[in-house]
Amino acid sequence: MGNLISMEGNQAAAEAMRQINPDAMAAYPITPQTEVVQTFAQFVADGRVDTEFVTVESEHSAMSACVAAAASGTRVMTATSANGMALMWEILYIAASTRLPIVMALVNRALSANINIHCDHSDSMGARDTGWIQLFCENGQEAYDSLIQAVRIAEHPQVRLPVMVCYDGFIISHAVECLELLNDKEVQKFIGEFKPVNSLLDISHPYTFGPLDLYDFYFEHKRQQIEAYGPAKRVVVEIGKQFATLSGREYGLFEAYRLQDAQLAIVLMGSAAGTAKEAVDRLRANGLPIGVLKLRAFRPFPSEELTQLLSRFEAVAVLDRAVSFGAAAGPLFTEISSALFASNRRPLLVNYIYGLGGRDIDIEDIQEVGEKLKKTAESGKVEQPFDYIGVRK
Amino acid sequence: MKITPETRWKELPQGGIIPEAGNAEQYITGSWRTFRPIRDEEKCTNCLLCWIHCPDSSIIVEDAKVVGIDYDHCKGCGICAEICPPKIKAITMIEEKRG
Repeated sequence: MGNLISMEGNQAAAEAMRQINPDAMAAYPITPQTEVVQTFAQFVADGRVDTEFVTVESEHSAMSACVAAAASGTRVMTATSANGMALMWEILYIAASTRLPIVMALVNRALSANINIHCDHSDSMGARDTGWIQLFCENGQEAYDSLIQAVRIAEHPQVRLPVMVCYDGFIISHAVECLELLNDKEVQKFIGEFKPVNSLLDISHPYTFGPLDLYDFYFEHKRQQIEAYGPAKRVVVEIGKQFATLSGREYGLFEAYRLQDAQLAIVLMGSAAGTAKEAVDRLRANGLPIGVLKLRAFRPFPSEELTQLLSRFEAVAVLDRAVSFGAAAGPLFTEISSALFASNRRPLLVNYIYGLGGRDIDIEDIQEVGEKLKKTAESGKVEQPFDYIGVRK
Repeated sequence: MKITPETRWKELPQGGIIPEAGNAEQYITGSWRTFRPIRDEEKCTNCLLCWIHCPDSSIIVEDAKVVGIDYDHCKGCGICAEICPPKIKAITMIEEKRG
């Protein structure tokens, strides 16, 4: 049993990093991630970790240094937000394609323009095709727990992919909550020693990393990389179960909240899942058979699992905290509807965009989504497939 | 393992790595060439400016003398012909015959 302590989400993330004690970290500060790097830099200065901390002039360099350190066979972590990760974009692909198990805390923030430091998921969604595993968190506890699990997931021999642990800027990063920490020894025992498969510094077995790869091999390399995401799904679940025996908190690809006897469901990711749970409790008190599906793993996307779970529902509302400009719907909706289309039985689907640039979403807002969903199910047809929550009309 | 153009995706090393070092030489970039540098041995004074400037290390030098051009790796950029002193002009670029 761990220690109960009140701290901010960012402090919890930095604490997880201290306990993991990675060999290397290269990071550049950006709001709202700053506190993670600042706190960790203090741990380095105080000699509380053995990490080689590389200060860099940009996020492009931060991720480049992480790639080099990981290719050298070391355990590497970093953290960023929004525009910072946008600057890493080119190197994010290289980290995943080279199968380097880097773990990154992504403190979700809206992308410019205009400049906004508050939460939405546009940064994560912009990086959804880079090849990184993306885990979304509901609160600081999940951010702490997921960072520790992410090390095992990333380094698993059947996965070998970088993982970004996404948690909402300010709502999670700067909110103080009571959470339970493991002790240092437990964390070290759980993550174990990192055994790299190939190391740039293994001079008795020299390797060439990132060579020119044209039409005669590139396609085969991509075909091979695609195969890693199937095992990644199994490993996310397996490590989540192992973590439960240590902490009592179980994790998987998603969390099904009051879905068992529900006919209506709300699907969403991140901190708003907590708001949705409270809204569902209130709607349930009024006799509405509704539940929440909180998606944790956006990549790998659990298509089959979600189809199995959601196909029997009458109506489902998908809430997106990001926009895919020019697309028919939000990115989460597109994935869910695409997955469900393979099923011969599927629910009526509606999509809402909410919370852009840190716009609040209230319990009442989600209650309204539930009430509308009930009407959709009763009428048997979708009147308005796409709408917004909380934008001035 | 030996990687060949017949190697299937399942058999390739993960992460696009090549399990050996110093293999760039095996890639015959000379096939990209449109213009071929031809060196006149009579005119050449062995000043080695071409050797210094060649971006593909394709000027072959032995005992401080140019002995040839590595056509397997020369991409035909023409820097050698350009850098050769105007009074000497020992290198001319000739269009490659195709087909």
